[in-house]
Amino acid sequence: MLFRFLKPYNICFSVCLLPLFGIVFDMIFDNLGPDPVQALHIRLGDWSLRMLWLTLFITPIQKITLWQGMAQYRKLLGLYTFFYASLHVVVYLWLDQGLAWGAIATDIIESSYIWFGVLAFLIVLALAITTPKAMVKLLGKNWKKLHRNIYIASIAVIIHYYWQLKGNMAEPLFYLIILVILLGFRLAVWFKNRKFTKMMIPTTRKIKVVKLDSSVNQTLAGQSKTIVIEEVDTEAET
Amino acid sequence: MIIRTHKIIPNSEITDPAIFKQRRQLIKAMLAMGITGSGIYSSFANANEVKWKDLPKGYQPKSPLIPTVDDIAKNHTNYYEFSFNKTDSTTLAQVLPIDPWSVEIAGEVQKPGVYHLEDLLSQQTLQEYIYRFRCVEAWSMVVPWIGFPLASLLKKVQPLSTAQFVQFTTLFDPKSMPNQADSRMLEWPYVEGLRMDEAMHPLTILATGMYGEALPKQNGAPLRLVVPWKYGFKSIKAIVKIEFLKRAPLSTWSKSAPNDYGFYANVNPDVPHPRWSQSSERVLGASFFTPRRKTELFNGYADEVAAMYSNMDLRHFF
Repeated sequence: MLFRFLKPYNICFSVCLLPLFGIVFDMIFDNLGPDPVQALHIRLGDWSLRMLWLTLFITPIQKITLWQGMAQYRKLLGLYTFFYASLHVVVYLWLDQGLAWGAIATDIIESSYIWFGVLAFLIVLALAITTPKAMVKLLGKNWKKLHRNIYIASIAVIIHYYWQLKGNMAEPLFYLIILVILLGFRLAVWFKNRKFTKMMIPTTRKIKVVKLDSSVNQTLAGQSKTIVIEEVDTEAET
Repeated sequence: MIIRTHKIIPNSEITDPAIFKQRRQLIKAMLAMGITGSGIYSSFANANEVKWKDLPKGYQPKSPLIPTVDDIAKNHTNYYEFSFNKTDSTTLAQVLPIDPWSVEIAGEVQKPGVYHLEDLLSQQTLQEYIYRFRCVEAWSMVVPWIGFPLASLLKKVQPLSTAQFVQFTTLFDPKSMPNQADSRMLEWPYVEGLRMDEAMHPLTILATGMYGEALPKQNGAPLRLVVPWKYGFKSIKAIVKIEFLKRAPLSTWSKSAPNDYGFYANVNPDVPHPRWSQSSERVLGASFFTPRRKTELFNGYADEVAAMYSNMDLRHFF
């Protein structure tokens, strides 16, 4: 039984709950300082940021290690991001503002740093809603497009963090550097792919279909009727 | 130990002090038992020897204010010379040498010079002023200060008719103030200023104590300004110089971020900071289920001070 539980996925699932237990422990033992609601709010915000950053770590790790079994961890961490972000929002609306909607509206309108928090939360909410397999099927190609908005969410989160501070910028700077590395990785991959794609588009001659694998030779030999190649640019093969 | 457990705290809307203190006691007891830091905590146990009891009240609010638990006020300070963290200054500030202390009076004044603090204080009658304290970061507390009106000191040194503004300067002591030594964040020493009529206003005080004791070092000992209708950063700590000027001084925060922090810095719920609302505030010491408090114009002192700004566009002069 225990052995069964000790799978890496289950361990990861449990470890992600530890921050919540830590926060609840400090609530019970009144360890949150002179402004407990603020402290609770900030700690939940910190953890949703950390979970989001961890989510963004998965793809680079997969690409670098060439290990493809991590998609479920990306999903898990993504959902934990949503979990902590939701608690962060609930504490704001309920404990901090006492569900006084007029005051909440004023606060959000006047606080530009909250706009970015709202944007980030709406994105994370949309991604969480479209997590089930049925939604993935329903959205088809658009699913990936939609989920790329996590990059926008992460940038909104760092602005949300940075803009509310008057003084010490050390912590947001730390997370900013990690984010730059994480997004920089995507940018590098994208740039590399784009260059590669460009190389494959011939500038003078027209082609209908280009197929660049071992089957090309077969097609050329006329064994396939569905793929017709008029001309293949020499560059494309290099 | 910095907590005094014998103080009776009345029940209030804003806090549940009994439970707060119990927990604090527990934590402190654990600390004292040597889990960590007992040496640090005991080092300032004897910091406040002077006690004032039943001082006359310098100002009576219409509805009585209940002071925030002293432990909070003493451990939640923005003293950037020491730390950008609100709790760390409590220990870091203990190295500050405050005795002897002198204050330089300069500028457009008849009696300039360097005065010993005791000489300045011996001319004054100390009173207790229970004021709301509202930080620009949108938190607030209620502090029972002990001090005297700034006006009564200014009158003694006789400002000239050319004096339009008063500038205050904090001690520059990089040896004990680490962020001054490293020139971090702001231009040091910290400078603040008031218009002459603001400085002469009876609500504006110089504080030398709080909660019936000498001012703790982290709260600005031995002498700090308290201007209750302005954001906390106007209430400059550890004052070494008071200078009378013809023109408005450039205060440290205005210099550092002119769009964020103006010269006046009057508490105003309708004038938001460029990045956050000032419409409400978190009350320190409040329980989990106490939502934010609505911020009042001039921090609730509009009846006393609004006349000074009657012809001004408060959005422009923020």
